[in-house]
Amino acid sequence: MSALRQLFRFNGGVKPAYHKEASTTLPIAVAPAPTRLVIPLHQSIGGPPRPLVTTGDRVLKGQRIGGADGNVSSAVHASTSGTVLGVEMRLMPHTSGLSALCVVIEPDGRDEWMERQPFDFHAATPTATRDYLRDAGVVGLGGAVFPSHLKLNAGKQGKLDTLVLNGAECEPFITCDDALMRERADALLKGAAIMRDMLAATRVLVGIEDNKPEAIAAMEAAAARTGDDSIQVVAVPTRYPAGGAKQLIRVLTGIEVPHGERSTDHGVQCFNVGTAHAIYEAIALGQPLISRIITVAGNVGQARNYEVLFGTSMRDLIAPCAPLPDTDRIIMGGPMMGFLMPGDDVPVVKATNCVLVGSRALFPPPPPEMPCIRCGECAKACPADLQPFEMYWFSRARMFGKAQEYHLFDCIECGCCAYVCPSRIPLVDYYRFAKSEIWAREVDKEAADQARERYEFRLLREEREKQEKAAKLAAKTAAGREKAAAALAEAEKPARTPEEEAKHALIAAALERAKAQKAQVQPENTGDLSPEQQAEIAAIEARRAEIREQAKPHLRQDD
Amino acid sequence: MFDALFVMALGAIVLGAALGYAAVRFRVEGDPLVEKIDAILPQTQCGQCGFPGCKPYAQAVAKGEAEINQCPPGGEEGIHKLADLLGREFKPLSAEHGIEKPKAVALIDEQTCIGCTLCIQACPVDAIVGAAKQMHTVIAGQCTGCELCLPPCPVNCISMEPIPESVENWKWKYPVIKLVAAQEVAR
Repeated sequence: MSALRQLFRFNGGVKPAYHKEASTTLPIAVAPAPTRLVIPLHQSIGGPPRPLVTTGDRVLKGQRIGGADGNVSSAVHASTSGTVLGVEMRLMPHTSGLSALCVVIEPDGRDEWMERQPFDFHAATPTATRDYLRDAGVVGLGGAVFPSHLKLNAGKQGKLDTLVLNGAECEPFITCDDALMRERADALLKGAAIMRDMLAATRVLVGIEDNKPEAIAAMEAAAARTGDDSIQVVAVPTRYPAGGAKQLIRVLTGIEVPHGERSTDHGVQCFNVGTAHAIYEAIALGQPLISRIITVAGNVGQARNYEVLFGTSMRDLIAPCAPLPDTDRIIMGGPMMGFLMPGDDVPVVKATNCVLVGSRALFPPPPPEMPCIRCGECAKACPADLQPFEMYWFSRARMFGKAQEYHLFDCIECGCCAYVCPSRIPLVDYYRFAKSEIWAREVDKEAADQARERYEFRLLREEREKQEKAAKLAAKTAAGREKAAAALAEAEKPARTPEEEAKHALIAAALERAKAQKAQVQPENTGDLSPEQQAEIAAIEARRAEIREQAKPHLRQDD
Repeated sequence: MFDALFVMALGAIVLGAALGYAAVRFRVEGDPLVEKIDAILPQTQCGQCGFPGCKPYAQAVAKGEAEINQCPPGGEEGIHKLADLLGREFKPLSAEHGIEKPKAVALIDEQTCIGCTLCIQACPVDAIVGAAKQMHTVIAGQCTGCELCLPPCPVNCISMEPIPESVENWKWKYPVIKLVAAQEVAR
């Protein structure tokens, strides 16, 4: 099948030494059980998950320990059963050498799974399936760790033309996808079929660089076993970075995704082969993403691929590979795009495809940087069709706006430009610097816009409150005036009409009668009084009268 | 002769009418320059510039009543941007208006807070929640770090906490050439 396909090519690219043989001589091994797991909560693009466990909790293998924070996030799970020792700040596998919130688990050695149930995605709605994958922690395993559920969206048209599976694995030293395709091709293609159904894609193209003949053969055999001719395995020419999503899409379909657009706008979606395998495990077996295959290579006695639980320390992982005594650094990823780790005591995370052990002999320090001679080699090598020298000058001069005009954010940081630069300028370092400065400014700008809005709203509110207060006061004053006016009107009212006069006379007569009745009734204890009592009463009455007399002026004042 | 005058007069009337209509139809509300300056200012609303908020300062700068170097939270970069926008000369930050500080957020010591609401009234962006005789707290995400809540607090329970560097907000540093000793190079 692969021989008949017409392939396209991307511009630029380089051919570095591949160093892939050392780690493919042995099959995938299960990494030794770690004595301690440090699982970072934030392992994917998007919001950091909320911790769901606390110190002392017992967790089972596959139990959710970090819940996705919103839809643009992905859950994190316990990689084995054990006890939570703490939720604390630990050193992250990040160049900054900073710490972040991690769940520390002491494994109990029983490796006890939680209850696993396959997910029937045919019966579920697409949204429910995506939510399930989010909670299963499935993210892109090619290195960018973008939550997969967000990409498994058929888009506006409701269907896609092509699902591209990326098995190119172009970066030197890394062979984890190669090993996965050789050994687990059937499961991987089942995952691909699930993805194809979710995306309603008509065909699946698996792109594999032609320096992996074993993987291509294994995948072709597995594809033949499925009996599904919508899945095609395609060998692509070996040239770094053929494994870049846009580059692979271009090679396989000829579609060049323009600046500012997504591949789905052109009917193509691209996933790493490892992601397809993770989706198979999540949907068909009910197992969340708790481990992955990682290449340990470089300055070691025996390079090899391991199936590693997330949270395993890199030091524990490389120990069985016998790192050579002159080892002086650990790189996560490959030599072209990898990140230098702040130490070997950092955990393995979902983004770790390779733990590259380095030494001064293996990766000699770069010769001193020389001035740019404007040779244009970098532009020839750039697989994203950018002008790296222009972006370099503007990034270096901190003219970020101009750097963005040259599409800095289309740069995939593949490192081809720095690889070919005769002046040995660390170009990618400048782009990373410029990108993070631009992002920081973007964040500041957003915060400023929000502050402006809130401040203006506050001013508006204060003004409104002032007006409301004034209106209330005015209303009160008006009510007082009205009352006074009403009283005045009452006083000036004309004489009563004859009917009213008659009514008043009736009322007056009734009052008179009541008074007379009251006068007839005598209190029982007032008759038959002795002279002393009479005198006492008279004295009290006199005192009362006197007090009343005294109180009169005060009462009047009060009135 | 009269034809020519007539044609010219007609032209004048038509163009005049068109311009008059355009002046009404495409009237620009507000001062676009003020908006542009306001967009550069950091919107801290701290009043360190001597004006009651960023917009009044922007208006003063637009009118030429204020210098461009009176905004400490905007820092040198802000002054550079204003200088570029207005075609004025760059000036270092004026010392009498304050110094550039790392971004910080207010933090209320909730044990000490007596619930007087004075800070709530002082906050220009409504970033403090609380009620009379109830504990107050700062919504850190909305706090601009203007420090206006510090002076009114009768119990001095508000402090400014610099925002710590985390994996999320960490930035790649400007590439520098590492200086190495001669013997290390020789090794």
